[in-house]
Amino acid sequence: MAIEVRIPTILRTYTDGAKAVDASGATIEELIGDLEARHPGIKARLVENDKLRRFVNVYLNDEDVRFLGGLGTPVSDGDTVTVLPAVAGG
Amino acid sequence: MLTISRELVDRIIAHATADHPDEACGVIAGRGGVPERFVPMENAERSPTFYRFDSMEQFRVWREMDDNDEEPVVIYHSHTATEAYPSRTDVSYASEPHAHYVLYSTALAQFRSFRIVDGVIEEEDVKILEPGV
Repeated sequence: MAIEVRIPTILRTYTDGAKAVDASGATIEELIGDLEARHPGIKARLVENDKLRRFVNVYLNDEDVRFLGGLGTPVSDGDTVTVLPAVAGG
Repeated sequence: MLTISRELVDRIIAHATADHPDEACGVIAGRGGVPERFVPMENAERSPTFYRFDSMEQFRVWREMDDNDEEPVVIYHSHTATEAYPSRTDVSYASEPHAHYVLYSTALAQFRSFRIVDGVIEEEDVKILEPGV
């Protein structure tokens, strides 16, 4: 089961420069676990204390997973997951 | 160095002025490092000391840029009580290593541009292209 994960510029150091990689899992959490197995180090950039980092946006297809079920959001074959660091500052 | 048209500079200043005392923010998309398409963004925080792009708006705009083979050439925001220099928060959330981070201070009428890469701030010159030149 393959889900395309789109990787932002700043995290492509973990994916050998790839803009999109495949991963698998039944939920966003499992997907990130699989990403970590393939691209060690990436999980800590996305998750902190078992929650999505506040300034990282993860989208399932066209929806922010925060408005779905967070890390528990189910994903299925053919979905696209997009990671975008929130543009923010003070 | 950031090379940018007078029109785009004026639009950043107008957006910052309109949203004062809250911080204004946005992006200028372009290709080959040339800022062209002005995209004012909503400050989801509506705050005088903080800004954050609305997550759904950012998703749409980033996808549009992807579809157009554009990149975020400039990411701008305003400071409304302090100088136009990146704050610690600006540095910790800077996530576009190829972007010019433009700050405009509505308090001091300062327009400055920076690179922020791996937590390091580097100020750069700004060359403004005047119309008809």
